[in-house]
Amino acid sequence: MLKKRWNHKKIFEWGIEGLIKLSGIVSIILVGLIFIFLLKEGISVFKIVNPINFILGKEWHPVSKPPDFGILSLILGSFAVTLGAAIIALPLGVTSAIFIAEVTTGKTKEMLKIGIEFLAAIPSVVIGFVGIVVLAPVIQKVFDLPTGLTVLTGSIMLSIMAMPTIVSISEDAITAVPKRYREAALALGATRWQTIWRVVLPSASGGIVAACMLGIGRVIGETMAVMMVTGNAPRIPHSLLEPARTLTSTIAAEMGETVQGSEHYFALFAIGIVLFIITFVINFTADLFLHKEKV
Amino acid sequence: MVDKLARIVTEELNVWYGAHQALKSISLKVEANEILGIIGPANSGKSTFLQVLNRLIDLKPQTRVSGRILIDNQEIFGANIDVEALRRKIGMIFALPIPLPMSIFDNIAYGPRRNGIKKKSMLEEIVEESLKAAYLWDEVKDRLSDSGLNLSGGQQQRLCIARTLALKPEVILFDEPCSGLDPVSTGKVEEAMLELKKNYTLVLVTNNTKQASRVADRTAFFLMGELIEINNTQEMFTVPRDKRTEDYISGRFG
Ligand SMILES: Nc1ncnc2c1ncn2[C@@H]1O[C@H](COP(=O)(O)OP(=O)(O)O)[C@@H](O)[C@H]1O
Ligand SMILES: [Mg+2]
Repeated sequence: MLKKRWNHKKIFEWGIEGLIKLSGIVSIILVGLIFIFLLKEGISVFKIVNPINFILGKEWHPVSKPPDFGILSLILGSFAVTLGAAIIALPLGVTSAIFIAEVTTGKTKEMLKIGIEFLAAIPSVVIGFVGIVVLAPVIQKVFDLPTGLTVLTGSIMLSIMAMPTIVSISEDAITAVPKRYREAALALGATRWQTIWRVVLPSASGGIVAACMLGIGRVIGETMAVMMVTGNAPRIPHSLLEPARTLTSTIAAEMGETVQGSEHYFALFAIGIVLFIITFVINFTADLFLHKEKV
Repeated sequence: MVDKLARIVTEELNVWYGAHQALKSISLKVEANEILGIIGPANSGKSTFLQVLNRLIDLKPQTRVSGRILIDNQEIFGANIDVEALRRKIGMIFALPIPLPMSIFDNIAYGPRRNGIKKKSMLEEIVEESLKAAYLWDEVKDRLSDSGLNLSGGQQQRLCIARTLALKPEVILFDEPCSGLDPVSTGKVEEAMLELKKNYTLVLVTNNTKQASRVADRTAFFLMGELIEINNTQEMFTVPRDKRTEDYISGRFG
Protein backbone atom coordinates (compact mmCIF):
# COMPACT_ATOMS: atom_id res chain seq x y z
CA MET A 1 0.00 0.00 0.00
CA LEU A 2 1.19 3.47 -0.82
CA LYS A 3 0.71 5.83 2.02
CA LYS A 4 -0.27 9.35 1.22
CA ARG A 5 2.38 11.63 2.61
CA TRP A 6 2.01 15.34 3.06
CA ASN A 7 5.05 17.49 2.71
CA HIS A 8 5.72 21.03 1.57
CA LYS A 9 6.07 20.12 -2.05
CA LYS A 10 2.79 18.23 -2.09
CA ILE A 11 0.93 21.06 -0.44
CA PHE A 12 2.45 23.56 -2.84
CA GLU A 13 1.48 21.45 -5.85
CA TRP A 14 -1.98 21.01 -4.45
CA GLY A 15 -2.29 24.74 -3.82
CA ILE A 16 -1.23 25.69 -7.33
CA GLU A 17 -3.53 23.13 -8.84
CA GLY A 18 -6.39 24.41 -6.73
CA LEU A 19 -5.69 27.98 -7.75
CA ILE A 20 -5.71 27.14 -11.44
CA LYS A 21 -8.88 25.13 -11.05
CA LEU A 22 -10.45 28.02 -9.17
CA SER A 23 -9.67 30.58 -11.87
CA GLY A 24 -11.08 28.22 -14.45
CA ILE A 25 -14.25 27.75 -12.48
CA VAL A 26 -14.57 31.48 -11.79
CA SER A 27 -14.36 32.35 -15.47
CA ILE A 28 -16.98 29.74 -16.33
CA ILE A 29 -19.22 31.06 -13.57
CA LEU A 30 -18.72 34.62 -14.81
CA VAL A 31 -19.75 33.69 -18.33
CA GLY A 32 -22.72 31.85 -16.90
CA LEU A 33 -23.71 34.86 -14.78
CA ILE A 34 -23.44 37.22 -17.72
CA PHE A 35 -25.65 35.00 -19.76
CA ILE A 36 -28.18 34.66 -16.95
CA PHE A 37 -28.21 38.42 -16.52
CA LEU A 38 -28.71 38.92 -20.25
CA LEU A 39 -31.46 36.34 -20.24
CA LYS A 40 -33.21 37.82 -17.22
CA GLU A 41 -33.15 41.34 -18.63
CA GLY A 42 -33.85 40.41 -22.19
CA ILE A 43 -36.55 37.83 -21.78
CA SER A 44 -39.13 40.37 -20.63
CA VAL A 45 -39.38 41.77 -24.12
CA PHE A 46 -40.91 38.52 -25.24
CA LYS A 47 -44.01 39.37 -23.27
CA ILE A 48 -44.66 42.07 -25.85
CA VAL A 49 -43.33 40.42 -28.97
CA ASN A 50 -42.88 36.72 -29.56
CA PRO A 51 -39.35 35.51 -30.31
CA ILE A 52 -40.12 34.67 -33.92
CA ASN A 53 -41.52 38.10 -34.64
CA PHE A 54 -38.61 39.59 -32.77
CA ILE A 55 -36.06 37.85 -34.98
CA LEU A 56 -37.96 37.93 -38.26
CA GLY A 57 -39.67 41.30 -37.82
CA LYS A 58 -38.56 43.79 -40.40
CA GLU A 59 -39.33 46.97 -38.50
CA TRP A 60 -37.31 48.42 -35.69
CA HIS A 61 -39.08 51.44 -34.18
CA PRO A 62 -38.37 51.04 -30.49
CA VAL A 63 -39.73 54.40 -29.36
CA SER A 64 -42.76 54.90 -31.55
CA LYS A 65 -46.24 54.11 -30.26
CA PRO A 66 -46.84 51.24 -30.49
CA PRO A 67 -43.20 50.22 -30.81
CA ASP A 68 -41.90 47.71 -33.39
CA PHE A 69 -39.28 45.32 -32.14
CA GLY A 70 -38.16 43.43 -35.23
CA ILE A 71 -34.45 42.91 -35.57
CA LEU A 72 -34.24 41.21 -38.96
CA SER A 73 -32.76 44.33 -40.55
CA LEU A 74 -30.13 44.47 -37.81
CA ILE A 75 -29.29 40.80 -38.16
CA LEU A 76 -29.00 41.18 -41.91
CA GLY A 77 -26.96 44.34 -41.39
CA SER A 78 -24.52 42.46 -39.20
CA PHE A 79 -24.55 39.57 -41.64
CA ALA A 80 -23.87 41.76 -44.67
CA VAL A 81 -21.06 43.67 -43.02
CA THR A 82 -19.51 40.46 -41.69
CA LEU A 83 -19.84 38.62 -44.97
CA GLY A 84 -18.21 41.50 -46.80
CA ALA A 85 -15.41 41.67 -44.28
CA ALA A 86 -14.91 37.91 -44.48
CA ILE A 87 -14.75 37.97 -48.27
CA ILE A 88 -12.01 40.56 -48.05
CA ALA A 89 -10.14 39.40 -44.97
CA LEU A 90 -10.08 35.62 -45.33
CA PRO A 91 -8.21 35.29 -48.64
CA LEU A 92 -6.01 38.25 -47.86
CA GLY A 93 -5.28 37.06 -44.34
CA VAL A 94 -4.54 33.47 -45.22
CA THR A 95 -2.33 34.37 -48.17
CA SER A 96 -0.49 36.91 -46.00
CA ALA A 97 0.06 34.19 -43.43
CA ILE A 98 1.41 31.85 -46.10
CA PHE A 99 3.65 34.59 -47.37
CA ILE A 100 5.00 35.46 -43.94
CA ALA A 101 5.47 31.85 -42.88
CA GLU A 102 6.82 30.37 -46.09
CA VAL A 103 8.41 33.08 -48.16
CA THR A 104 9.92 35.69 -45.91
CA THR A 105 12.85 35.09 -43.60
CA GLY A 106 14.85 36.93 -40.99
CA LYS A 107 14.35 40.67 -40.70
CA THR A 108 11.53 40.96 -43.23
CA LYS A 109 9.56 38.31 -41.39
CA GLU A 110 10.03 40.05 -38.04
CA MET A 111 9.03 43.40 -39.52
CA LEU A 112 5.86 42.00 -41.06
CA LYS A 113 4.90 40.22 -37.86
CA ILE A 114 5.39 43.39 -35.86
CA GLY A 115 3.35 45.28 -38.44
CA ILE A 116 0.47 42.84 -38.04
CA GLU A 117 0.64 43.04 -34.26
CA PHE A 118 0.59 46.80 -34.59
CA LEU A 119 -2.56 46.60 -36.67
CA ALA A 120 -4.18 44.70 -33.81
CA ALA A 121 -3.23 47.48 -31.40
CA ILE A 122 -5.08 50.24 -33.24
CA PRO A 123 -8.19 51.18 -31.22
CA SER A 124 -11.38 50.61 -33.14
CA VAL A 125 -12.40 54.22 -32.72
CA VAL A 126 -9.34 55.19 -34.72
CA ILE A 127 -10.20 52.68 -37.42
CA GLY A 128 -13.71 54.10 -37.54
CA PHE A 129 -12.33 57.61 -37.76
CA VAL A 130 -10.04 56.69 -40.65
CA GLY A 131 -13.03 55.04 -42.28
CA ILE A 132 -15.13 58.20 -42.06
CA VAL A 133 -12.43 60.62 -43.08
CA VAL A 134 -10.51 58.66 -45.68
CA LEU A 135 -12.52 55.74 -47.02
CA ALA A 136 -16.10 57.02 -47.00
CA PRO A 137 -15.45 59.99 -49.33
CA VAL A 138 -13.61 57.70 -51.74
CA ILE A 139 -16.45 55.21 -51.79
CA GLN A 140 -19.00 57.99 -52.24
CA LYS A 141 -17.10 59.38 -55.19
CA VAL A 142 -16.17 56.11 -56.89
CA PHE A 143 -19.69 54.68 -56.80
CA ASP A 144 -21.42 58.05 -57.05
CA LEU A 145 -23.55 57.56 -53.91
CA PRO A 146 -25.55 59.92 -51.72
CA THR A 147 -23.42 58.81 -48.76
CA GLY A 148 -20.12 56.99 -48.37
CA LEU A 149 -21.22 55.38 -45.12
CA THR A 150 -22.22 51.97 -46.44
CA VAL A 151 -22.00 48.27 -45.77
CA LEU A 152 -18.95 48.15 -48.01
CA THR A 153 -17.18 50.84 -46.01
CA GLY A 154 -17.87 48.91 -42.84
CA SER A 155 -16.72 45.65 -44.39
CA ILE A 156 -13.43 47.12 -45.52
CA MET A 157 -12.67 48.70 -42.17
CA LEU A 158 -13.68 45.55 -40.31
CA SER A 159 -11.58 43.37 -42.55
CA ILE A 160 -8.62 45.42 -41.37
CA MET A 161 -9.58 44.59 -37.81
CA ALA A 162 -9.99 40.89 -38.52
CA MET A 163 -6.68 40.56 -40.35
CA PRO A 164 -4.34 40.46 -37.33
CA THR A 165 -6.22 37.54 -35.77
CA ILE A 166 -6.43 35.64 -39.04
CA VAL A 167 -2.83 36.26 -40.04
CA SER A 168 -1.13 35.59 -36.76
CA ILE A 169 -3.04 32.43 -35.84
CA SER A 170 -2.78 31.00 -39.38
CA GLU A 171 0.89 31.85 -39.44
CA ASP A 172 1.44 29.99 -36.18
CA ALA A 173 -0.40 26.98 -37.55
CA ILE A 174 1.64 26.96 -40.76
CA THR A 175 4.93 27.43 -38.95
CA ALA A 176 4.04 24.59 -36.59
CA VAL A 177 3.98 22.08 -39.46
CA PRO A 178 7.17 20.07 -38.89
CA LYS A 179 10.03 20.84 -41.23
CA ARG A 180 10.33 17.11 -41.86
CA TYR A 181 7.01 17.18 -43.73
CA ARG A 182 8.31 19.76 -46.15
CA GLU A 183 11.59 17.93 -46.66
CA ALA A 184 9.75 14.69 -47.28
CA ALA A 185 7.57 16.27 -49.94
CA LEU A 186 10.45 18.11 -51.56
CA ALA A 187 12.54 14.95 -51.59
CA LEU A 188 9.72 13.39 -53.59
CA GLY A 189 10.30 16.01 -56.22
CA ALA A 190 7.47 18.35 -55.27
CA THR A 191 8.02 22.02 -55.99
CA ARG A 192 7.82 24.55 -53.22
CA TRP A 193 4.23 25.49 -54.08
CA GLN A 194 3.11 21.91 -54.44
CA THR A 195 4.59 21.26 -51.03
CA ILE A 196 2.76 24.19 -49.50
CA TRP A 197 -0.50 23.34 -51.23
CA ARG A 198 -0.63 19.58 -50.77
CA VAL A 199 1.27 19.08 -47.53
CA VAL A 200 1.73 22.21 -45.44
CA LEU A 201 -1.75 23.73 -45.78
CA PRO A 202 -3.67 20.47 -45.20
CA SER A 203 -1.58 19.83 -42.10
CA ALA A 204 -2.29 23.33 -40.85
CA SER A 205 -5.93 23.41 -41.95
CA GLY A 206 -7.40 23.06 -38.45
CA GLY A 207 -5.52 26.10 -37.22
CA ILE A 208 -6.28 28.10 -40.33
CA VAL A 209 -10.03 27.45 -40.13
CA ALA A 210 -9.97 28.36 -36.46
CA ALA A 211 -8.10 31.56 -37.26
CA CYS A 212 -10.75 32.50 -39.80
CA MET A 213 -13.60 31.80 -37.40
CA LEU A 214 -11.99 33.83 -34.64
CA GLY A 215 -11.39 36.66 -37.09
CA ILE A 216 -15.05 36.59 -38.09
CA GLY A 217 -16.07 36.40 -34.44
CA ARG A 218 -14.14 39.58 -33.87
CA VAL A 219 -15.97 41.28 -36.75
CA ILE A 220 -19.44 40.33 -35.53
CA GLY A 221 -18.72 41.59 -32.05
CA GLU A 222 -17.10 44.83 -33.20
CA THR A 223 -19.11 47.93 -32.35
CA MET A 224 -17.37 51.25 -32.48
CA ALA A 225 -15.86 51.27 -35.94
CA VAL A 226 -18.93 49.76 -37.51
CA MET A 227 -21.22 52.28 -35.86
CA MET A 228 -19.11 55.10 -37.25
CA VAL A 229 -18.88 53.95 -40.85
CA THR A 230 -21.96 51.98 -41.86
CA GLY A 231 -24.48 54.77 -41.76
CA ASN A 232 -26.69 53.33 -39.03
CA ALA A 233 -29.90 53.02 -41.02
CA PRO A 234 -32.00 50.21 -39.56
CA ARG A 235 -33.20 49.01 -42.95
CA ILE A 236 -32.55 45.76 -44.73
CA PRO A 237 -29.61 46.48 -47.05
CA HIS A 238 -30.16 45.37 -50.62
CA SER A 239 -26.62 45.93 -51.76
CA LEU A 240 -23.20 46.50 -50.30
CA LEU A 241 -23.46 50.14 -51.28
CA GLU A 242 -26.36 50.97 -48.97
CA PRO A 243 -26.15 52.01 -45.35
CA ALA A 244 -27.07 49.44 -42.75
CA ARG A 245 -27.05 48.98 -39.04
CA THR A 246 -25.69 46.08 -37.05
CA LEU A 247 -26.80 44.40 -33.85
CA THR A 248 -23.86 45.76 -31.91
CA SER A 249 -24.16 49.35 -33.02
CA THR A 250 -27.86 49.32 -32.18
CA ILE A 251 -27.12 48.40 -28.59
CA ALA A 252 -24.31 50.91 -28.32
CA ALA A 253 -26.24 53.74 -29.92
CA GLU A 254 -29.52 53.29 -28.09
CA MET A 255 -28.59 52.03 -24.66
CA GLY A 256 -27.78 55.52 -23.47
CA GLU A 257 -31.16 56.89 -24.43
CA THR A 258 -33.39 54.26 -22.92
CA VAL A 259 -35.05 54.28 -19.57
CA GLN A 260 -33.90 51.39 -17.45
CA GLY A 261 -36.67 48.84 -17.19
CA SER A 262 -38.51 50.06 -20.28
CA GLU A 263 -39.53 47.78 -23.12
CA HIS A 264 -36.85 49.32 -25.31
CA TYR A 265 -34.26 48.53 -22.64
CA PHE A 266 -35.35 44.90 -22.51
CA ALA A 267 -35.32 44.67 -26.30
CA LEU A 268 -31.69 45.81 -26.39
CA PHE A 269 -30.81 43.06 -23.94
CA ALA A 270 -32.60 40.58 -26.12
CA ILE A 271 -30.37 41.71 -28.99
CA GLY A 272 -27.48 41.01 -26.64
CA ILE A 273 -28.74 37.45 -26.20
CA VAL A 274 -28.83 36.95 -29.96
CA LEU A 275 -25.29 38.30 -30.29
CA PHE A 276 -24.07 36.18 -27.43
CA ILE A 277 -25.43 33.05 -29.04
CA ILE A 278 -23.94 33.89 -32.44
CA THR A 279 -20.44 34.58 -31.09
CA PHE A 280 -20.61 31.62 -28.77
CA VAL A 281 -21.40 29.29 -31.65
CA ILE A 282 -18.60 30.75 -33.76
CA ASN A 283 -15.96 30.56 -31.05
CA PHE A 284 -17.07 27.10 -30.07
CA THR A 285 -16.75 25.89 -33.66
CA ALA A 286 -13.34 27.53 -33.95
CA ASP A 287 -12.29 25.70 -30.82
CA LEU A 288 -13.39 22.40 -32.28
CA PHE A 289 -11.14 23.00 -35.26
CA LEU A 290 -8.20 24.13 -33.14
CA HIS A 291 -8.34 21.03 -31.01
CA LYS A 292 -9.45 18.52 -33.57
CA GLU A 293 -7.08 15.61 -33.71
CA LYS A 294 -4.53 16.02 -36.45
CA VAL A 295 -5.42 13.74 -39.38
CA MET B 1 35.47 -0.09 -67.11
CA VAL B 2 34.68 0.86 -63.49
CA ASP B 3 33.93 4.37 -64.63
CA LYS B 4 31.20 3.12 -66.88
CA LEU B 5 29.34 1.73 -63.93
CA ALA B 6 29.76 4.80 -61.79
CA ARG B 7 26.34 6.23 -61.10
CA ILE B 8 27.45 9.05 -58.85
CA VAL B 9 30.84 10.70 -58.86
CA THR B 10 31.85 13.46 -56.48
CA GLU B 11 35.04 15.38 -57.04
CA GLU B 12 36.60 17.58 -54.39
CA LEU B 13 33.21 18.22 -52.87
CA ASN B 14 33.15 20.88 -50.14
CA VAL B 15 30.11 22.09 -48.23
CA TRP B 16 29.89 24.94 -45.78
CA TYR B 17 27.14 25.97 -43.39
CA GLY B 18 28.03 29.61 -42.93
CA ALA B 19 31.64 29.53 -41.83
CA HIS B 20 31.51 25.90 -40.72
CA GLN B 21 32.82 23.42 -43.24
CA ALA B 22 30.75 20.25 -43.00
CA LEU B 23 32.32 18.34 -45.91
CA LYS B 24 35.96 18.56 -46.86
CA SER B 25 37.10 17.61 -50.30
CA ILE B 26 35.09 14.43 -50.70
CA SER B 27 35.89 12.44 -53.81
CA LEU B 28 34.17 9.12 -54.25
CA LYS B 29 32.12 7.03 -56.61
CA VAL B 30 28.89 5.15 -56.15
CA GLU B 31 28.57 2.26 -58.56
CA ALA B 32 25.42 1.05 -60.22
CA ASN B 33 23.45 -1.58 -58.31
CA GLU B 34 25.58 -1.48 -55.22
CA ILE B 35 24.78 -0.53 -51.67
CA LEU B 36 27.34 1.98 -50.53
CA GLY B 37 27.37 2.19 -46.74
CA ILE B 38 28.45 5.41 -45.08
CA ILE B 39 29.43 5.19 -41.44
CA GLY B 40 30.94 7.64 -38.99
CA PRO B 41 30.18 9.35 -35.69
CA ALA B 42 27.52 12.05 -35.37
CA ASN B 43 28.24 15.37 -37.10
CA SER B 44 30.65 13.79 -39.57
CA GLY B 45 28.71 15.21 -42.48
CA LYS B 46 26.96 12.00 -43.52
CA SER B 47 23.50 13.56 -43.81
CA THR B 48 24.98 16.61 -45.46
CA PHE B 49 26.54 14.35 -48.08
CA LEU B 50 23.17 12.79 -48.92
CA GLN B 51 21.46 16.16 -48.99
CA VAL B 52 23.83 17.54 -51.58
CA LEU B 53 23.22 14.55 -53.79
CA ASN B 54 19.52 15.38 -54.19
CA ARG B 55 20.07 19.08 -53.63
CA LEU B 56 17.89 19.19 -50.56
CA ILE B 57 20.78 21.30 -49.30
CA ASP B 58 19.42 24.13 -51.45
CA LEU B 59 16.74 24.70 -48.82
CA LYS B 60 19.15 25.36 -46.00
CA PRO B 61 20.05 29.00 -45.69
CA GLN B 62 23.65 30.11 -45.95
CA THR B 63 25.10 26.98 -47.43
CA ARG B 64 27.86 26.92 -50.00
CA VAL B 65 28.90 24.01 -52.17
CA SER B 66 32.04 23.71 -54.24
CA GLY B 67 33.47 20.87 -56.30
CA ARG B 68 31.60 18.66 -58.73
CA ILE B 69 28.89 16.06 -58.47
CA LEU B 70 28.10 13.99 -61.52
CA ILE B 71 25.10 11.75 -61.61
CA ASP B 72 25.05 9.65 -64.75
CA ASN B 73 27.68 11.99 -66.11
CA GLN B 74 25.52 15.02 -65.55
CA GLU B 75 26.67 17.90 -63.40
CA ILE B 76 23.84 18.29 -60.85
CA PHE B 77 24.70 21.86 -59.91
CA GLY B 78 24.79 22.69 -63.60
CA ALA B 79 22.85 25.56 -65.10
CA ASN B 80 19.93 23.76 -66.70
CA ILE B 81 19.20 21.08 -64.14
CA ASP B 82 15.55 20.50 -63.24
CA VAL B 83 15.87 20.13 -59.47
CA GLU B 84 12.45 18.51 -59.04
CA ALA B 85 13.24 15.95 -61.70
CA LEU B 86 16.57 15.28 -60.02
CA ARG B 87 14.85 14.66 -56.70
CA ARG B 88 12.46 12.23 -58.34
CA LYS B 89 15.41 10.39 -59.78
CA ILE B 90 17.30 10.40 -56.47
CA GLY B 91 14.85 9.17 -53.84
CA MET B 92 15.48 9.75 -50.17
CA ILE B 93 14.41 7.90 -47.04
CA PHE B 94 14.76 9.68 -43.71
CA ALA B 95 15.52 8.48 -40.19
CA LEU B 96 12.03 9.32 -39.03
CA PRO B 97 9.47 7.92 -41.43
CA ILE B 98 7.24 10.77 -42.52
CA PRO B 99 3.99 9.65 -44.07
CA LEU B 100 2.21 12.60 -45.58
CA PRO B 101 -1.06 13.42 -43.84
CA MET B 102 -3.18 11.29 -46.18
CA SER B 103 -4.16 7.67 -46.80
CA ILE B 104 -1.71 4.86 -47.51
CA PHE B 105 -2.86 4.77 -51.12
CA ASP B 106 -2.59 8.53 -51.58
CA ASN B 107 0.82 8.61 -49.97
CA ILE B 108 2.14 6.35 -52.67
CA ALA B 109 0.05 7.77 -55.49
CA TYR B 110 1.12 11.30 -54.58
CA GLY B 111 4.24 11.35 -56.74
CA PRO B 112 2.82 9.54 -59.79
CA ARG B 113 -0.32 11.71 -59.71
CA ARG B 114 1.81 14.79 -59.71
CA ASN B 115 3.66 13.40 -62.66
CA GLY B 116 0.37 13.41 -64.51
CA ILE B 117 -0.88 9.86 -64.06
CA LYS B 118 -4.63 10.08 -63.56
CA LYS B 119 -5.95 6.67 -64.49
CA LYS B 120 -7.17 4.77 -61.48
CA SER B 121 -6.12 1.35 -62.73
CA MET B 122 -2.63 2.57 -63.48
CA LEU B 123 -2.28 4.17 -60.06
CA GLU B 124 -3.55 1.01 -58.42
CA GLU B 125 -0.95 -0.96 -60.28
CA ILE B 126 1.86 1.36 -59.24
CA VAL B 127 0.72 1.34 -55.62
CA GLU B 128 0.60 -2.43 -55.50
CA GLU B 129 3.93 -2.81 -57.24
CA SER B 130 5.64 -0.32 -54.96
CA LEU B 131 4.19 -1.80 -51.79
CA LYS B 132 5.30 -5.26 -52.85
CA ALA B 133 8.81 -4.06 -53.59
CA ALA B 134 8.94 -2.47 -50.15
CA TYR B 135 7.74 -5.70 -48.51
CA LEU B 136 4.62 -4.03 -47.14
CA TRP B 137 1.85 -5.19 -49.46
CA ASP B 138 0.68 -8.18 -47.45
CA GLU B 139 0.39 -6.14 -44.29
CA VAL B 140 -1.68 -3.28 -45.71
CA LYS B 141 -3.45 -4.56 -48.81
CA ASP B 142 -6.81 -4.61 -47.02
CA ARG B 143 -6.62 -1.11 -45.63
CA LEU B 144 -5.16 1.11 -48.29
CA SER B 145 -7.56 3.89 -47.44
CA ASP B 146 -6.42 4.09 -43.80
CA SER B 147 -4.28 7.05 -42.83
CA GLY B 148 -0.58 6.39 -43.29
CA LEU B 149 -0.07 7.73 -39.81
CA ASN B 150 -1.85 4.74 -38.26
CA LEU B 151 0.87 2.30 -39.27
CA SER B 152 3.61 1.10 -36.93
CA GLY B 153 7.04 2.70 -37.16
CA GLY B 154 8.53 -0.08 -39.24
CA GLN B 155 5.51 -0.11 -41.56
CA GLN B 156 5.69 3.65 -41.93
CA GLN B 157 9.31 3.38 -42.97
CA ARG B 158 8.47 0.79 -45.59
CA LEU B 159 5.56 2.98 -46.70
CA CYS B 160 8.07 5.76 -47.25
CA ILE B 161 10.25 3.40 -49.24
CA ALA B 162 7.25 2.39 -51.34
CA ARG B 163 6.38 6.03 -51.87
CA THR B 164 9.87 6.69 -53.14
CA LEU B 165 9.78 3.61 -55.38
CA ALA B 166 6.53 4.79 -56.95
CA LEU B 167 8.51 7.63 -58.49
CA LYS B 168 10.67 5.09 -60.31
CA PRO B 169 13.92 6.54 -59.01
CA GLU B 170 17.34 5.29 -60.02
CA VAL B 171 19.21 5.99 -56.83
CA ILE B 172 17.83 5.77 -53.30
CA LEU B 173 19.50 7.53 -50.41
CA PHE B 174 18.82 6.21 -46.91
CA ASP B 175 19.63 8.42 -43.94
CA GLU B 176 19.78 6.18 -40.89
CA PRO B 177 16.52 4.51 -41.93
CA CYS B 178 16.44 2.11 -39.01
CA SER B 179 17.56 4.31 -36.16
CA GLY B 180 14.04 4.46 -34.78
CA LEU B 181 13.07 0.85 -35.46
CA ASP B 182 13.10 -2.34 -33.42
CA PRO B 183 15.27 -5.28 -34.57
CA VAL B 184 12.42 -7.08 -36.34
CA SER B 185 11.40 -4.03 -38.36
CA THR B 186 15.06 -3.31 -39.04
CA GLY B 187 15.44 -6.80 -40.43
CA LYS B 188 12.50 -6.25 -42.76
CA VAL B 189 13.86 -2.94 -44.01
CA GLU B 190 17.28 -4.51 -44.60
CA GLU B 191 15.66 -7.35 -46.47
CA ALA B 192 13.88 -4.82 -48.65
CA MET B 193 17.14 -2.99 -49.32
CA LEU B 194 18.96 -6.14 -50.41
CA GLU B 195 16.13 -6.86 -52.81
CA LEU B 196 16.09 -3.29 -54.14
CA LYS B 197 19.78 -3.48 -54.96
CA LYS B 198 18.90 -5.57 -58.01
CA ASN B 199 17.21 -2.65 -59.67
CA TYR B 200 18.47 0.43 -57.91
CA THR B 201 21.63 2.00 -56.62
CA LEU B 202 21.56 2.55 -52.88
CA VAL B 203 23.49 4.78 -50.52
CA LEU B 204 22.95 3.88 -46.88
CA VAL B 205 24.03 6.19 -44.09
CA THR B 206 23.90 4.32 -40.83
CA ASN B 207 24.96 4.92 -37.28
CA ASN B 208 25.05 1.19 -36.83
CA THR B 209 28.32 -0.25 -38.15
CA LYS B 210 26.88 -3.76 -37.94
CA GLN B 211 24.16 -2.78 -40.34
CA ALA B 212 26.75 -1.56 -42.83
CA SER B 213 28.63 -4.83 -42.49
CA ARG B 214 25.41 -6.77 -43.07
CA VAL B 215 24.11 -5.03 -46.18
CA ALA B 216 26.70 -2.73 -47.76
CA ASP B 217 28.87 -3.89 -50.65
CA ARG B 218 31.33 -1.12 -50.06
CA THR B 219 31.60 1.17 -47.07
CA ALA B 220 32.90 4.69 -46.62
CA PHE B 221 34.03 6.05 -43.29
CA PHE B 222 33.42 9.76 -42.68
CA LEU B 223 34.99 11.66 -39.81
CA MET B 224 34.60 15.38 -39.12
CA GLY B 225 33.67 16.09 -42.71
CA GLU B 226 36.50 14.05 -44.22
CA LEU B 227 36.39 10.80 -46.10
CA ILE B 228 38.88 8.70 -44.20
CA GLU B 229 38.51 5.45 -46.07
CA ILE B 230 36.35 3.74 -48.65
CA ASN B 231 36.66 0.07 -49.42
CA ASN B 232 34.91 -3.26 -49.84
CA THR B 233 32.86 -3.77 -46.76
CA GLN B 234 34.43 -7.08 -45.94
CA GLU B 235 37.93 -5.75 -46.29
CA MET B 236 37.19 -2.63 -44.35
CA PHE B 237 35.75 -4.56 -41.46
CA THR B 238 38.56 -7.10 -41.35
CA VAL B 239 41.66 -5.13 -42.31
CA PRO B 240 40.94 -1.39 -42.11
CA ARG B 241 43.70 0.66 -43.66
CA ASP B 242 43.40 3.63 -41.37
CA LYS B 243 43.90 3.52 -37.62
CA ARG B 244 40.88 5.82 -37.11
CA THR B 245 38.63 3.47 -39.06
CA GLU B 246 39.79 0.60 -36.94
CA ASP B 247 39.11 2.54 -33.76
CA TYR B 248 35.65 3.47 -34.91
CA ILE B 249 34.47 0.08 -36.07
CA SER B 250 35.87 -1.64 -33.05
CA GLY B 251 33.91 0.79 -30.90
CA ARG B 252 36.94 2.53 -29.43
CA PHE B 253 35.67 5.89 -30.45
CA GLY B 254 33.83 8.74 -28.75
N1 LIG C 1 21.28 23.31 -41.24
C1 LIG C 1 22.52 23.37 -40.66
N2 LIG C 1 23.03 24.58 -40.32
C2 LIG C 1 24.27 24.66 -39.76
N3 LIG C 1 25.04 23.62 -39.51
C3 LIG C 1 24.60 22.40 -39.84
C4 LIG C 1 23.31 22.21 -40.43
N4 LIG C 1 23.12 20.89 -40.65
C5 LIG C 1 24.26 20.28 -40.21
N5 LIG C 1 25.15 21.18 -39.73
C6 LIG C 1 26.50 20.89 -39.20
O1 LIG C 1 27.22 20.20 -40.17
C7 LIG C 1 27.95 19.15 -39.60
C8 LIG C 1 27.57 17.84 -40.26
O2 LIG C 1 26.23 17.52 -39.94
P1 LIG C 1 25.47 16.25 -40.52
O3 LIG C 1 25.69 16.21 -41.98
O4 LIG C 1 24.08 16.29 -40.03
O5 LIG C 1 26.28 15.06 -39.82
P2 LIG C 1 25.84 13.56 -39.55
O6 LIG C 1 24.69 13.24 -40.39
O7 LIG C 1 27.06 12.78 -39.87
O8 LIG C 1 25.54 13.48 -38.11
C9 LIG C 1 27.67 19.17 -38.11
O9 LIG C 1 28.73 19.82 -37.46
C10 LIG C 1 26.40 19.97 -38.01
O10 LIG C 1 26.37 20.68 -36.80
MG1 LIG D 1 22.71 12.66 -39.78
